[in-house]
Amino acid sequence: MDFLVSIWEWLHEYVQYTIYNGVKVVIILVPLFVVVAYYTLAERKVIGYMQIRKGPNRVGPKGLLQPFADMFKLMFKEIIIPTNSNRYLFIIAPIITFAPAMAAWAVIPFNDTLVFADINAGLLYILAMTSIGVYGVIIAGWASNSKYALLGAMRSAAQIVAYEIAMGFALVGVLMVGGSLNLGELVAKQAGGIGHWFFIPLLPLFFVYLISGVAETNRAPFDVAEGESEIVAGFHVEYSGMTFAVFFLAEYANMILIGMLCSLLFFGGWLSPVPELAGDSIGWLFGKTAVFMLLFLWFRATFPRYRYDQIMRLGWKVLLPVTIFWLTVEGVAVYFKVPPWFS
Amino acid sequence: MLAKLNYYLKSFLFLELLKGMNVTGRYFFRRKITVQYPEEKTPISPRFRGLHALRRYANGEERCIACKLCEAVCPALAITIESEQREDGTRRTTRYDIDLFKCIYCGFCEEACPVDSIVETNIFEYHFENRGENIMTKKQLLEIGDKYESQLAADRAADAPYR
Repeated sequence: MDFLVSIWEWLHEYVQYTIYNGVKVVIILVPLFVVVAYYTLAERKVIGYMQIRKGPNRVGPKGLLQPFADMFKLMFKEIIIPTNSNRYLFIIAPIITFAPAMAAWAVIPFNDTLVFADINAGLLYILAMTSIGVYGVIIAGWASNSKYALLGAMRSAAQIVAYEIAMGFALVGVLMVGGSLNLGELVAKQAGGIGHWFFIPLLPLFFVYLISGVAETNRAPFDVAEGESEIVAGFHVEYSGMTFAVFFLAEYANMILIGMLCSLLFFGGWLSPVPELAGDSIGWLFGKTAVFMLLFLWFRATFPRYRYDQIMRLGWKVLLPVTIFWLTVEGVAVYFKVPPWFS
Repeated sequence: MLAKLNYYLKSFLFLELLKGMNVTGRYFFRRKITVQYPEEKTPISPRFRGLHALRRYANGEERCIACKLCEAVCPALAITIESEQREDGTRRTTRYDIDLFKCIYCGFCEEACPVDSIVETNIFEYHFENRGENIMTKKQLLEIGDKYESQLAADRAADAPYR
């Protein structure tokens, strides 16, 4: 032990810093990967159950090892690079999708102290990171040099740009009530039981955020970028093996991120709904996130895919006016300090 | 005016979406209908058309009289028959091949057979491991017939009232 401590002290300060942060990254990302893996299983199970099927139950007890079977299969498959594709962009596209999806997790507070990077502009950072993800999709579609992939990329670009605006506006509402861009402070503002959570004064914005969150992650019923039935798989038709898996890893990590942001920004994060009965704990955050994650699957099992022009109509002509209207109402409420939320 | 208001109210309260989610939510708890295939199997009709077999009479004599009606009726030309006269003066096949790759399992051969010799069993789980194994010879077909005779007779008896 002394030996290890002496080695640690012998290391340069910067090296210590790097190792320390590296360990923290691993502590956040490894559980995230495990959750993503089991989220894929949960998706197949939940959708199966809703279609009165049993879902995968062959690999391991009750099918619990299925994600590992899928993972190993994908790892050992060949990564096919189409002859006429742009090799460099083709490989870098999944990385561009994946890296921001992971990086966004840096500012997520799990607790009032448990946060990797407690930066002031946390919410802005998350908006920036989730927006970069779309470039991965567009580049993937372009680099594949395939009609379907290009169509998928174009749809995805238009859709994500449209919903990003509604999403950003919905978050502006949160900022107006919370008065901060730091996620930890936003949660702290919601202290004092379920009545103080932001989803009550911001109910329309919450729904706008949830809907655009679903659209932003390209999930059903907004999954026209994939659109298996019309453009086979959209932007990732040409991808196989690990490159394909990385796209999915990013998609599921983004879904979990949206779920977690919903619970942090609108449902009080780790705060207990009734503080008199049960204390605040990280368990509340995970519980709330799990509910939103289930909602994502439930949506997919229930709703048929939107037609493309309907998606655009919903984004521009419904969600955006709703957010702007509610921001006006909220602005008035904030100006006159309407209790209890705006005081 | 009222209809329009009603429409807006309906869509902004997500009434129809919630209705849909209610349906899928209820189905989540329903009893599952999955048939766990290798362990559980769905019931098979006596008219099921699977792997072919050639039957024999109770005394052990093969039924096939080499009339070649099955060969003639086969729409996929999967059956090949050669015949000759046996010492006792009856006509019998020397070769009766069915190419299972060509066969479309239409059951016409079975329909055409005047002596109920060529039949389709309810076996559907079979495979080939080498090239050429897809051609069923007379010997193989008779073996299948001998092995599953009781099942074949029972199926034919069950279907007889409807013929």
